[in-house]
Amino acid sequence: MVDMIQRFKALLAILALVLVAAMPARADDLKPLVDGLGKNGYAALREAIGALAATGDPAVAPVLQALGAGDLYVRKSDRAVFAATKADGGFALKDPLTGADAGTAGSRDVEKIRVNNAVREAVTSALGSLTLMSADPAKRRAAAADVFRNSDPAQIPLIDQAISKETDAGIATTLQMARAAAVLKSDAPDAEKVAAIAALQAKGGRDVLAQLTAIEASAPDGAVKAAAQTAITSIQGTLKLWDGAQNILYGISLGSVLLLAAIGLAITFGVMGVINMAHGEMVMIGAYTTFVVQELIRNNMPWLFDWSLAISLPLAFLVAGLVGVLIERMVIRYLYGRPLETLLATWGVSLILQQAVRTWFGPNNREVGNPSWMSGAFELGNLTITYNRMWIVVFALVVFATLMLVLKRTPFGLQTRAVTQNRPMASSMGIRTPWVDALTFGLGSGIAGIAGVALSQIDNVSPNLGQGYIIDSFMVVVFGGVGNLWGTLVGAFTLGIANKFLEPYAGAVLGKILVLVFIILFIQKRPRGLFALKGRAVEA
Amino acid sequence: MVTNFLLRALDRRTAIVLIAILGVGILLPVLNLATDPSSPFHVPTYVLTLLGKYLTYALLALAVDLVWGFCGILSLGHAAFFALGGYAMGMYLMRQIGDRGTYGNPLLPDFMVFLNWKELPWFWTGFDHFWFAAILVLLVPGILAFVFGWFAFRSRVTGVYLSIITQAMTYALLLAFFRNDMGFGGNNGLTDFKEILGFDIQADTTRGALFFASALALAAGFWICRAVIASKFGKVLVAVRDAESRTRFIGYRVEGYKLLVWTLSAMMAGVAGALYVPQIGIINPGEFAPANSIEAVIWVAVGGRGTLIGPIVGALLVSFGKTWFTSGMLAEYWLFVLGGLFVLVTLFLPKGVVGTFLARDRKKPAEKPIEDVVAPGAVGQAAE
Repeated sequence: MVDMIQRFKALLAILALVLVAAMPARADDLKPLVDGLGKNGYAALREAIGALAATGDPAVAPVLQALGAGDLYVRKSDRAVFAATKADGGFALKDPLTGADAGTAGSRDVEKIRVNNAVREAVTSALGSLTLMSADPAKRRAAAADVFRNSDPAQIPLIDQAISKETDAGIATTLQMARAAAVLKSDAPDAEKVAAIAALQAKGGRDVLAQLTAIEASAPDGAVKAAAQTAITSIQGTLKLWDGAQNILYGISLGSVLLLAAIGLAITFGVMGVINMAHGEMVMIGAYTTFVVQELIRNNMPWLFDWSLAISLPLAFLVAGLVGVLIERMVIRYLYGRPLETLLATWGVSLILQQAVRTWFGPNNREVGNPSWMSGAFELGNLTITYNRMWIVVFALVVFATLMLVLKRTPFGLQTRAVTQNRPMASSMGIRTPWVDALTFGLGSGIAGIAGVALSQIDNVSPNLGQGYIIDSFMVVVFGGVGNLWGTLVGAFTLGIANKFLEPYAGAVLGKILVLVFIILFIQKRPRGLFALKGRAVEA
Repeated sequence: MVTNFLLRALDRRTAIVLIAILGVGILLPVLNLATDPSSPFHVPTYVLTLLGKYLTYALLALAVDLVWGFCGILSLGHAAFFALGGYAMGMYLMRQIGDRGTYGNPLLPDFMVFLNWKELPWFWTGFDHFWFAAILVLLVPGILAFVFGWFAFRSRVTGVYLSIITQAMTYALLLAFFRNDMGFGGNNGLTDFKEILGFDIQADTTRGALFFASALALAAGFWICRAVIASKFGKVLVAVRDAESRTRFIGYRVEGYKLLVWTLSAMMAGVAGALYVPQIGIINPGEFAPANSIEAVIWVAVGGRGTLIGPIVGALLVSFGKTWFTSGMLAEYWLFVLGGLFVLVTLFLPKGVVGTFLARDRKKPAEKPIEDVVAPGAVGQAAE
């Protein structure tokens, strides 16, 4: 019976297609089809919907919409179908196709066309296929995706028709997929189905996987089932690769955050040997600078908002750098050569800075907005990349490269390296070592401040912002090897990617613990990090 | 031999300190229990509990000082040992609740019922017995310290590197204990204790006894530290602190010395934690926070590292200051004070309060060399 109906539907559809192809459908031709909606019974109703949809005429769409909304009524006298709205004592009738007035009727003269869920579904899918013919490519694309999801075998002729007319290659591909999916659900011969599976397999992706899994579960044993199974395995394999790629991407993103947080520390700790526990607070100061800049812009010059980060960058560098120089001049310079004391004193400084910010700005998170060019995301294959993450990766690398240049190619960098390598000798050569110390420390702190600008885009700006990064930063620097910027780069990305790869198996927290344990064990093995500076000095 | 080892350390100064600690340990509970609340000599129970907490802090500070002041190992992870000891005691106290929990489950603690667990995890077995918990209070921190130290000292991780990985260790434990499926109560930790050794944990008498136990533990810890320092072993420790490489070149197995004192110190911290928990009534993962470990270090720094009285004095002073500050209107400024303490003490008072006092004392008559005072900056030179 079902078979009969389906064949009948197909026949009807083909008939309609022929009609459509032969001459442009006019309201007159559509009228009998619309009146077909007035027949009794849901099955007949669904058939009539199919017939209407098969015309592919956009004029049908309002009729179907009215039907879905429950606004269609049948006049009892001649079984003609109208769109009716309640008027006093009865209904105002309108022609559903043209919207022209068709007089009134008493409430007993008309009968509402009842819809159930199956009918509503038919309406939705019919509307979807109608928009396949729309002139607007965006609508067609959405409709094609819809058709693919529903994959109704009855729509195959319609899809074929749409494919023949389609000019946009992307939409055409989706339609081909939709056709393949629909073929799989129809009673086409096995060979055709296997070919359809091959076509779907070539597309891949999660939605295809879902459809194929359904097919595989329902298909009887045979060529189709076997083909579906191989296709599923292959798609799953591909998806696993994409997952891996996504993990690497997340890892790179985390790695760039770690790099940003650690790179300033690589200067103060790595190059100067100062344990700066207040490093995280420099990051926090940078983030709060961004907040202040954005507040000023919001209140005074809203049009400048997209530039707020660019304005914040130099300011954050200056503010954090200045705080750094102050700390160096007031505390750290008395403690050179006593790393453990430096550690304690800078810890104290970090407490003071945190409390100062808390007193000033309050203990709550502060709102820092994303400029328009940092919000949103784009897709690359099956990967989703958000713009702010991407810019942070770029930014981290730019900061790293700039720092490398400063240290390797400027007189200041030369002096810094000279002082760190041999202080007395550098001093004898006329380098003012105290100045170099203060400026180097300021440079490291300033870079932490810049990092704060970037991190304000992805993290909560609160007085505790810095604390979350301090242990991670030390881990990165120690893991990479103290005194070696390249080590910091490699260390940050290694730890970031390792963390993200462990997460799916061990969970976020356990993954982090495993990474920490790994670093602890690693330091046992190579106490001086990945890229240790080679020397002959005996460390006490 | 052990008696001999201990008795040899019992000079006049040590005896006075021991008697003072024990005297306070007896006097305050007696004043609490035997006097009328209206009497001017009465010590309210809350003060007793507070001071009991300070005493456990002092023991923790002593443990930190033993490794930092005498062996040059700056641990930023001693709170981990403290908390582990606390958890061992907390697990025993949890088992003592029995079926008096909110869910009335005779077999499982409340949080496990809440998490829908069906049976007690294997690592909770045995905690019904006090002696078992008491042994684990020593063993768990001890074993962790031994394994950690064995790796760290053997591969000669020293100075700030060691400090940072001890901090990473306590941070990792913090994250781990926050997890519900670790089976230690997750975020909320262990609390709602009812009784200890059959006594009501809220009763004044129990509080008094716990206070005395804390004082006793502190006195014992002090005596043991004193004995260690006074022995030949202690001399080598100081040598390791001041010139590790030289000590090694002379032929001492530096790793062994460090490992032993490190493990001993961790066990002392564990005992402190175990006494802390019944008095406070809760143990949660927050105790593992790196900030707690660093606070313990500042107690030592304020009091004077390399002296054994110093950490006790420092812990009492700073904790008292914290309580005083955070309970008043100045609560907001406590972090300024604490931060300032870190900076000022390291800059201007490197020997701490007691150290400075003792050093001045020594300058006048050279009556007797005091071994346990560090030369200023010695640690720094060692780590250079």
